[in-house]
Amino acid sequence: MNGYAFTLAGAALEALGSGALWWPARRLLCVSDLHLGKAERVARRGGPTLPPYETQDTLDRLAADLAATGAATVICLGDSFDDDDAAAALPEEVLLRIARMQAGRRWIWIAGNHDPGPVTLGGAHLVDAAEPPLVFRHIAGPGAEGEVSGHYHPKASLSGRGARITRPAFLIDTHRAILPAYGTYTGGLRTDADALQALMGPDARAVLTGARPVAVPMRHGRARPRPLATLGRGGRN
Amino acid sequence: MTALPAPFAQWFAARGWQAHPHQLELLARKDARALLLVAPTGGGKTLAGFLPSLTELADGTHRGLHTLYVSPLKALAADIRRNLARPIEEMGLPVRVEDRTGDTAQSRRTRQRADPPHILLTTPESLALLTSYEDAPRIFAGLERVVVDEIHAIAESKRGDQLALALARLQTLRPGLRRVGLSATVEDPPALARFLAPHPDPCDVLAADPVPAPDIAMLDTAQAPPWAGGGGVYAVGDVLREIRRHRTTLVFHNTRAQAEIFFRALWMANDDGLPIGIHHGSLDRAQRERVETAMAAGELRAVVCTGSLDLGIDWGDVDLVIQVGGPKNVKRLVQRIGRANHRYNAPSKARLVPANRFEVVECVAALEAVRAGELDGAPRGPGPLDVLCQHILLTACAGPFDADALFAELRRAGPYADLARTDFDACLDFAATGGYALRAYDRWQRLRQGPDGRWALRDPRTARRIRMNAGTIQDAELLKVRMRGRGPSLGEVEEAFAATLTPGDTFLIGGRVVRYEGLRELTLEVSNAATGTPRIAVFGGTKFATSTQLSERILRLFAAGRWPQLPAHTAEWLALQREVSRLPEPGRLLVETFPHEGRAHLVAYGFAGRNAQQTLGLLLTKRMEEDGLAPLGFVATDYATLIWGLEAVADPAPLFDPDALERGLARWLAANAVMKRTFRASATIAGLIERNMPGQRKTGRQATFSSDILYDTLLKYDPNHLLMRITRDEAMRGLVDFGRLRAMTERVAGRIDHVALNRLSPLSAPLFLEPGRVPVEGAGRERLLEEAAAQLMEDAGLPP
Repeated sequence: MNGYAFTLAGAALEALGSGALWWPARRLLCVSDLHLGKAERVARRGGPTLPPYETQDTLDRLAADLAATGAATVICLGDSFDDDDAAAALPEEVLLRIARMQAGRRWIWIAGNHDPGPVTLGGAHLVDAAEPPLVFRHIAGPGAEGEVSGHYHPKASLSGRGARITRPAFLIDTHRAILPAYGTYTGGLRTDADALQALMGPDARAVLTGARPVAVPMRHGRARPRPLATLGRGGRN
Repeated sequence: MTALPAPFAQWFAARGWQAHPHQLELLARKDARALLLVAPTGGGKTLAGFLPSLTELADGTHRGLHTLYVSPLKALAADIRRNLARPIEEMGLPVRVEDRTGDTAQSRRTRQRADPPHILLTTPESLALLTSYEDAPRIFAGLERVVVDEIHAIAESKRGDQLALALARLQTLRPGLRRVGLSATVEDPPALARFLAPHPDPCDVLAADPVPAPDIAMLDTAQAPPWAGGGGVYAVGDVLREIRRHRTTLVFHNTRAQAEIFFRALWMANDDGLPIGIHHGSLDRAQRERVETAMAAGELRAVVCTGSLDLGIDWGDVDLVIQVGGPKNVKRLVQRIGRANHRYNAPSKARLVPANRFEVVECVAALEAVRAGELDGAPRGPGPLDVLCQHILLTACAGPFDADALFAELRRAGPYADLARTDFDACLDFAATGGYALRAYDRWQRLRQGPDGRWALRDPRTARRIRMNAGTIQDAELLKVRMRGRGPSLGEVEEAFAATLTPGDTFLIGGRVVRYEGLRELTLEVSNAATGTPRIAVFGGTKFATSTQLSERILRLFAAGRWPQLPAHTAEWLALQREVSRLPEPGRLLVETFPHEGRAHLVAYGFAGRNAQQTLGLLLTKRMEEDGLAPLGFVATDYATLIWGLEAVADPAPLFDPDALERGLARWLAANAVMKRTFRASATIAGLIERNMPGQRKTGRQATFSSDILYDTLLKYDPNHLLMRITRDEAMRGLVDFGRLRAMTERVAGRIDHVALNRLSPLSAPLFLEPGRVPVEGAGRERLLEEAAAQLMEDAGLPP
């Protein structure tokens, strides 16, 4: 497995290049912020008709991670659907595909701020999931220990010899890990955002996703402006 | 020739003026459906355009809008309003004139729709919005004339395509509408006339009386220009001497960064404390306006500027234009020279300052072209489809439309005269459903066909969103620059430049050195830097490629064999090149190969312009990598591409096979940053990406994502989508400029002169000093990332 190994509250974990978190001892795979149905929601609200392939693409990548890890448990860490209506509007073949992925696995949907309601899909629907010594929830809470969360879509930048690379990133410190967004149509929040600075301790590192995940200190003295070409602006995070 | 009507004749006489013949001619032919007036800067062109309107409005019987004036600059609209106020007031004409641009207050704009003035001054963007309102037929009910000012500049960009479409709309609303275009000197007036006229109507071209031939020459400089580089700082003393000798001098530069560097050098050498200003598109608007006002009031002796002063207000007092750097394009040089028009019948005076040795040749070739009256330019090509997509959406905002009727209307716009029905249908499908191979938006399409067969917005509330995102001007992503602690705004820099800054870095903006402190809410905060050499501010701005015609003239100049018109240092350089290698020739391609500092080098003198030579470098190195020649990097200029690598090329001819280059291009384009940049622009114009949203929030930016993701998604799942097609077409014409590369290889048709040398040649030497070297990286990117990351972790004392 092509991952960055680290321990959180004594649990040996791997941050995968795909943006998924792998816990080998429990054969548990965790992905966050899939935002399935995003294109549909944007169009429904009067926005542009984006290329309607993001759900397929997100599920393709998830299927590849499941095949590579052989995960027995899957936790979707919230904002799995771009909103509750988007979940309800997923086409038949997508529902079938998710059902096939779920077959023979324990599957947990954590509620996110985009998709608070339980969906009609199989699997458990929880506000948070305790898997001692870890706890999985959508939004990081203050003072938590061994906490795995998502929500913020962190991204980090690295410069070297004239090239600058910005990628979705894991943020990891002694107390918690924040996962990057896994969905295809997702943007990112830079690591110097106040919310992330307040949450992460001085030893925090960012693990950039990509063919091979790469770790850097979360604060390495480079304030980077983010690209301004943006779209699909949602009202909520 | 018609005489002026009485009050006008008296008004002219009272000022001791005489109407220009072209002003009277335009008045005599005021009933023509379309007329193009070509006149040099300052020939009373604008008044000529308005005279027919003022005479028609003089009796006070016209109700509502009579004349629409469209200019490329908001500032010009405001300036014309002030200029028109004088004759109207002094002749006591019952005429109301107002301007309407992006800067006009909302309340005023609403009032203008309810009660339009007689003459409305506006921009292509504001006009497009006006035609998108449900009450457009009422707003334009009385419209008789449209005057398009600086039409040569508008027609060069997508703003012109958008304007042509809006004019077609107006013509449907007002079939008797008359159009007048006002243009500076251009190479192909009939083409511009076709752009202006409702297709297929004829459009006559009127030429203003000729002006005296300009007084142009190279500037005498104490020092010879350097071998390479740009900026012309070596000539600062000479330029200062000329500024002292003249009343007002405009010093034109090709890029904003060079203007900044030159301005700073000029300021350091300005011992007399002459009032000199700087003006370019990245400076804060208030700052630019201060310079313009001071200039108009005659308070400045010189302004260092870029294309930002190519258009607009006639500066009455300019008596010298200095062009620093190769002019790249003869037509623009002539238009710039025309800026020195302090007296209508006096010759304009201009001096050229080549920034390096090669530009000496380019400047001399350009001077010869100007004297021969030979202008250059490339045909624009058919109207782009991304603009058409936006126009269809805006049309829907005005109300339901019939597809057949709209198609017929669009084909009356010059740039879209040959629009194919299949292309129109594809654009309509894109606007309605997204036009994807996977039909996904049956419930949420943007446009829906009603029972009467007409197309309408599914949700009328989306009209506001569509209008908010109208327009075709694609600013690079810019970040504001502001002094720290709520200080004044200095201007803007490109995001890509900002991304290279680390707190503590210094750069030049508005002639001052500032220190980058940090980023706050998408604004760069800076402080005054007392000392330190500034990093160069790469604001971007336009980088022009040398025109085909000028490149050919340079090759013909080489072929002459004797160069009495060149300075001795440059003539000797060329003679030496001819002796040890050979000179590039028209219709042939010179390729030199030689070892230098342990690396094999290859130079291809394609003279195809910077963009095409850059593309050539990318394609050749890719091919060389496949052939195991281990290329390490390349650098491109307007004239040549220099490639270095580990293995020498024995026979370069097969590398330049046009078909092989084209096959390489297709593979290379797919994952190219140029394509992503082009896609972002076209997708924004076509309405797939929204820049503005009602009630936009500042926070929550993680909900937005990069347009690159959309490009990658389409490439993977829908590579033949309309927008991918548009993107390829655009890139081929624009940044990739493959058309010019192909034209070069076809012209050469295998006539490749390969010269194998044992050391570098005189002509290639300056290429070694060129900035902008592009490293060739195979799988190096990930490795680079890992090295940099490991270093940072180690520095921070963190485990890897």
